[in-house]
Amino acid sequence: MWSFSNIADSIQNWLNQTFSATWSLVMQMLIAGIAVISLFAILGLVLVLMERKVSAWMQIRLGPNRVGPKGILQTLADTLKLLVKEGLTPAGADKILFNLAPVLALVIGMLLMAPIAFAKDFQLWNLNIGVLYISAVSSVMVISILMAGWASNNKYSLMGAMRSGAQIVSYELSAGLSILTIVVLCGSLNIPDIIYSQADGWWIFKGHIPAIISFVIFIIAVTAETNRAPFDLAEAESELTAGFHTEYSGMKFALFFLAEYVNVFIVCAIGATLFLGGWMPFHIGQWESFNRVMDYIPSSIWFFGKTFFLIFLIMWFRWTFPRLRIDQLLNLEWKYLLPISMINLLLVTVIAILGWHF
Amino acid sequence: MFIVNYIKNIFKGVKSLLVGMRRTGYYFTHHKEIITQQYPDNKETLNLPERFKGEVVLIHDENNEHACTGCTACELACPNATIKIVTKFDITAEGKKKKALDKFVYHLELCTMCNLCIIACPTDAIKMDQTFEHSVFDRKELTKILNKPGSKIRDGVE
Amino acid sequence: MFEEIGTTTEGDLIINVGPQHPATHGVLHLVITLNGETIKKLEPHLGYIHRSIEKMCESLTYRQFIYVTSRMDYLSAHINNQACALVVEKGLQIEVPDRAKVIRVLMAELTRIASHELWWGAMAMDIGAFTPFFHAFRERETINDIMEETCGARLTMNYMVPGGVMQELHPNFQKKVKEFIKLFRLKVHEYEELLTGNIIFQNRMKDIGVLSKEDAISYGCTGPVGRGSGVSCDIRKLYPYDAYDKVQFDEVIETAGDSLARYMVRIKELHQSISIIEQLIDNIPEGDYQAKTKAVLKLPKGEFYQRVETARGEFGVYIVSEGGTTPHRIKFRSPGFSNLSALNHMAKGSKLGDLVAMMGTLDLVIPDIDR
Repeated sequence: MWSFSNIADSIQNWLNQTFSATWSLVMQMLIAGIAVISLFAILGLVLVLMERKVSAWMQIRLGPNRVGPKGILQTLADTLKLLVKEGLTPAGADKILFNLAPVLALVIGMLLMAPIAFAKDFQLWNLNIGVLYISAVSSVMVISILMAGWASNNKYSLMGAMRSGAQIVSYELSAGLSILTIVVLCGSLNIPDIIYSQADGWWIFKGHIPAIISFVIFIIAVTAETNRAPFDLAEAESELTAGFHTEYSGMKFALFFLAEYVNVFIVCAIGATLFLGGWMPFHIGQWESFNRVMDYIPSSIWFFGKTFFLIFLIMWFRWTFPRLRIDQLLNLEWKYLLPISMINLLLVTVIAILGWHF
Repeated sequence: MFIVNYIKNIFKGVKSLLVGMRRTGYYFTHHKEIITQQYPDNKETLNLPERFKGEVVLIHDENNEHACTGCTACELACPNATIKIVTKFDITAEGKKKKALDKFVYHLELCTMCNLCIIACPTDAIKMDQTFEHSVFDRKELTKILNKPGSKIRDGVE
Repeated sequence: MFEEIGTTTEGDLIINVGPQHPATHGVLHLVITLNGETIKKLEPHLGYIHRSIEKMCESLTYRQFIYVTSRMDYLSAHINNQACALVVEKGLQIEVPDRAKVIRVLMAELTRIASHELWWGAMAMDIGAFTPFFHAFRERETINDIMEETCGARLTMNYMVPGGVMQELHPNFQKKVKEFIKLFRLKVHEYEELLTGNIIFQNRMKDIGVLSKEDAISYGCTGPVGRGSGVSCDIRKLYPYDAYDKVQFDEVIETAGDSLARYMVRIKELHQSISIIEQLIDNIPEGDYQAKTKAVLKLPKGEFYQRVETARGEFGVYIVSEGGTTPHRIKFRSPGFSNLSALNHMAKGSKLGDLVAMMGTLDLVIPDIDR
């Protein structure tokens, strides 16, 4: 049957047969790099359009509907516009850091793509500490924002960067703790292991209420970590004009924009992997016939469906809620999310030890 | 007690957020509620009320006759010097000199559509038109002469 | 050089909010001294759109100067015009027909609703919720359509003239207004759902920008800002003009003085305005819509003052007449100016994010502050 893993295997076999081992490895890496970059481009186009359509429909508007049928080429036109715009560097800016920051943001996004399983047995890098790797690399994201804010030599940017630093560092904690609950439940940091452990039901159903709580906390924390409303204090349009990317224009701005959406995709993919079973179809315990019907839907569709559902959820938040204030934001983390996720982790540990989960 | 309040607060907060999300979710799924008007597309069906103040026009009938006597009441009523009436002297059939309108100069770029000139006009010679797309490439085009060439005052209008 | 302008020796950060800034809704310029995120000092700088309207009015006749006041507080253009018409009527002792009085009140209340709708959306946008803005515009659009049909314009109507109103009501007016009331009653609960009840919103608003009753009086705050601090300052109630003495309505007063109180005052005022319209819409008296006036209006020598309640507070017109066809000196008392002056007092010690919320609840219209 046609599947991503089959294609990957046949390409690898062909390369191994045609070239020497070293060249084959190099070419595999090149192919993977190109695939990730093109996935980035497609994600950027699709997610920006999705955001604009979702926001428009929630705001009783039509949204983009002029470029292409139903406006689907709108983001392509926007990209073209951003490409030909001048990428201005302010006079007082730290030129190297200023130009490095958007690239760094994107590179971190690329790194995070590595351990994600997009379809059944289809993964760039199957490392045994996948979840740990993700939470470690995603916290580097703050560096690019701080870099951009500092190098811009703009007070608004600086304040945005400082806010973002405080925010990301604190929300890392509860995001990490809610990820840990699943790690405790399935006993592995390896992403394929986590997915296979959900073959008889996703963790959000198997893990009782603690899993649901940690799912909610995870969604809130990653919304904050990706600097999206209602936690978009780093940008905070009405307060800091555009926060850390006030001074960016043209393609450099577009890279930040792209990085934001790619990050949203990645955290949602992680959420889907941990709580909703990644590419694993919807299985209910021992209902063999039902499970078999579900298996007919390709695994990649399951994965992207779940991920886009979570992305839609995050967009829904954005277009409904007002923004929090910086101290309220930290209150929410330190007074509510962190204690709850700690107690939750304890509960989950007890459940896992006693084997109460399904 | 503290714990009870703490949990109660959380539930209240979450509920208030869900109420908001239900509202936006409703609009997300009910596209009937969309109120966007796609302007250049609905140009044919666009109905502007007859009182809409778009620009001042001098009413001409089918004989190319208007009702402006050149009394300058509108010019005096205008707060922005938008209207400038240039008069000339016609020789009537009886051989008398009679004041008549030569040029009704209207500066659209100065006009604030306050309607004071329309009210001031004793012969109802001018009215507000419903056009509203006034943008032009040259400012000079906004200075208009409202009386059509060759037009003259209608008989019987004093 | 940057350091010299930017940071003082104490490590304070001075930032310019405006003249171009998304939260100021116009060209207001606030120089803010920050300590971290906390505001130490706030200094409004005005003058970016000063058009010398008062001086301009001195060269316009008593019929002509009314339209200029639409350009001040453009969201309550009608009520500004009403004040000007009233002061001229006061000077000339014109008896306005009852019909005109009722029409004026109806129009003024519709304007107030439209203004509060826009404020609601814009304030929600200030604190980061974008969706309410569009929802508020849906109802506001209906009012604009009603205005367009009767007055011929959507924002700067110039419908009030000394002696009454400029034109007869449009035949559809009553029907359309009733439809609007129906729509409003249907949709107003969404305001609660989207914003008022929201926990984030409540936390952003409660105990933020507290203005005590004494301070509100000493800064001259009027309108919803004053009433939010417990000052009874509704001109419609205290010094009724036009047909306001004939209608029943409550003066909305909240005592907390914080941003939430100011917000609630406006939301409750929406309901009061709707009730005023409901009382009048079926009881528009027959008669002339305009009193007979002389062609050339000449105010007698003397001084005349008239105040009205706009959507933002007390708006006063003060005319000194030398007996000519144009005012000798004219002065507008605009509500926004006094309300803005209280901002420094309110903002001191709060966070930068709060400043935006406070400015939202002050409902500043910059052309009104900067005439």
